[in-house]
Amino acid sequence: MDFLFDIPVLGIVIQLVDYMIQVMTINGAVILALAAPIALGSYCGFMNERSGVVNIGIEGMMIAAAFAGWFAASIVVQAFPDQPKADFFFGATPALLIGLLAAVLMGMLVSAVHAWLSITVKADQIISGVVINIVALGATGYLIIIISASSPPSAGKFAQFVPPEALTDLPFVGWLFNMFLNQGPITMSVLALAIVLQVLLFRSRWGLRTRSVGEHPKAAETVGVDVIKLRYRNVILGGIFAGLAGAWFTLDFGSSFQAGMTNGRGFIALAALIFGRWLPLGAFGAAMLFAAASSLSIAIRTVPPTGDLGNILTAIPDQFWSALPYLVTIIILAGAVGRSVAPAAVGKPYERESPS
Amino acid sequence: MINRLLSRSLRGQLAVTGGAVLLALVVGALVMVVTSPIITGSLDPWLWAEAYLALLQGATGIAISFDPFSVEFKGANGVIDTLVRSTPYILGGLAVGLGFKAGLFNIGAQGQFLMGALGAVTAGIVLADAPSFIAVPIALIAGLLAGAAYGFIPGWLKAFTGAHEVVVTIMLNFVAIQIISWAVSGPLRAAGATFARTPDVGSAHIWILGGNTGHLLHAGVIIAFVAVPIMWWILYRSTVGFEIRTVGANPDAARYAGMRPRMLIVLTMSISGLLAGLAGGIEILGVQHYLPAAYATTVGFDSITVALLGRANPWGILFAGLLMGALRAGAPLMQIVAGVPVQMIDILQGVILFFLAADLIVRWVFRIRQQGSDDDEPQVVTGNYGGSSASGD
Repeated sequence: MDFLFDIPVLGIVIQLVDYMIQVMTINGAVILALAAPIALGSYCGFMNERSGVVNIGIEGMMIAAAFAGWFAASIVVQAFPDQPKADFFFGATPALLIGLLAAVLMGMLVSAVHAWLSITVKADQIISGVVINIVALGATGYLIIIISASSPPSAGKFAQFVPPEALTDLPFVGWLFNMFLNQGPITMSVLALAIVLQVLLFRSRWGLRTRSVGEHPKAAETVGVDVIKLRYRNVILGGIFAGLAGAWFTLDFGSSFQAGMTNGRGFIALAALIFGRWLPLGAFGAAMLFAAASSLSIAIRTVPPTGDLGNILTAIPDQFWSALPYLVTIIILAGAVGRSVAPAAVGKPYERESPS
Repeated sequence: MINRLLSRSLRGQLAVTGGAVLLALVVGALVMVVTSPIITGSLDPWLWAEAYLALLQGATGIAISFDPFSVEFKGANGVIDTLVRSTPYILGGLAVGLGFKAGLFNIGAQGQFLMGALGAVTAGIVLADAPSFIAVPIALIAGLLAGAAYGFIPGWLKAFTGAHEVVVTIMLNFVAIQIISWAVSGPLRAAGATFARTPDVGSAHIWILGGNTGHLLHAGVIIAFVAVPIMWWILYRSTVGFEIRTVGANPDAARYAGMRPRMLIVLTMSISGLLAGLAGGIEILGVQHYLPAAYATTVGFDSITVALLGRANPWGILFAGLLMGALRAGAPLMQIVAGVPVQMIDILQGVILFFLAADLIVRWVFRIRQQGSDDDEPQVVTGNYGGSSASGD
């Protein structure tokens, strides 16, 4: 195969593909784990925007949920230090499950505020998102400072599932099993959730109604869909995904909370949603791509490829890979490579016509 | 007198704005009381009073104590801090507010602020040994041009491809962080520094007007105060300002009247970026004097609150910027005296914004009647998100 690498110009591309395949197969599990909060955040955005509500507050919803999950689990551990550990479900303890529930409920609660501001108050939905981001970042930053003075215990985190070696050692596909199965519960569910949402969107009554409310609410109302109710329901249900994304930070991937730990993931989720053309599977793919880009930058630093490709890749600054998701989103939005078009009614508060 | 000066609608707006700030302070007080067992070890129903008095003293130098009652002025340090802190907020608020007037939501003030800081520090390093009457203006101009260029990009994309400025500017904010990280840890890095930072800008330090060590009043403050009447004149007395407001109020009407919405969108975003970039330049040349690779600031995001609190009106923004500067200037003393973390200011800011968005709560609490249409209200600018271009169809 080496002769392929020596073709001028094209050879470099082939080397790059070869290197990326290596990175993918070795780091597949890490890439999926890094993609999880981005994908989950974009499902939250999907539920909002498909029903006509802009959500730039995903970041705030995530950090609020991350804090709530960590804090609830920590309180349970403080009250009952001896936590029975299940040996079948990701080493779950009551504290971890309560933390997970608290994170999901927090995601739904913050989403309910967003729904109320956007749908009932008819406030500018972007401003509502800004409010959520500022308050959530500020409040969690405030609380963690005063709480960490007493150094509360951590409830630990969910264990990773260990797939049988018979699967992971299979030739060619073994790494895929490792990637999707050697994970904590939240990361493992991400692809399944994308498939479920995608099928529901195009194959269920709920999906048809949601799409109609996001594209043409007046027409939906005419045929008897309660626009206000459906928007409320979808926005609040979307909070579940932001809650899971938050729980990923403090109960699945890590086990502690730091101020601002979501570090812009909520905005990359927004980017993934746009890049994925407002489709769950598209958003999942975009999240995987963004995670692969950051994984690639780490791989280049630690195990750089040899030869010309190595020289080229190591010359690209790390910051380029970090900025890539954002640049790609701008290019997609500008329509340079196929336009990504939002649901038509997104951002417009729905005014019910007064009965005459 | 004030009754005759202000229109009914404006009075309603002032009442709602003041009410929102007041309610936010009440919410902040509740948060402090509820969390006081964690801060002080026992429930302290007066923690909020202690915190707000410390905040007032830190921001104005006025120390009020109740036992025995006394009011004392502790010197000008607090006022100087407030003025210096307000400067980028006023300019950033003007930047975001100008966007609102044209129906554009410039969430990218943060990125434009950072690029302005980078532009100013780059010119400042080059001119570090030049005479300061050359170095300061050129570095400031480099900053505002960098900001304007960074505002031009989303403006151009909005006008000619229809890419929604909210998403583009959010993305550009993160790109700006990476550009700064690359520039400061690479080509601009100071030799021998213990962390990634640029060298000092030397003679590009903005002139100091007075003050004490740690509380210096730099001349950049004047620029912010001069920018307010200039922006007011541009918006309400100049042709281009009229066109900007018309495009914001009704792009179709503007087009029928022969205005060019696309050019106005590009122009507005560029001027908006220019103001945010100027804020970044002044902050770096007047306060920081160098740029760290991980420059932690939220001025650009806070400017959104300032612009909304000031109802996108330059004079309103002046007062909103002073309020925000005062909160930030007073917060450290609040943390020292009352043990309330400075993040309380973020909570207050967010809650103020919440009550401005949900003004029906404020109207209900303070019995303010809903006025008819008020044209200074920021509009819903989120329609057409990622959709067709501004020329519209």
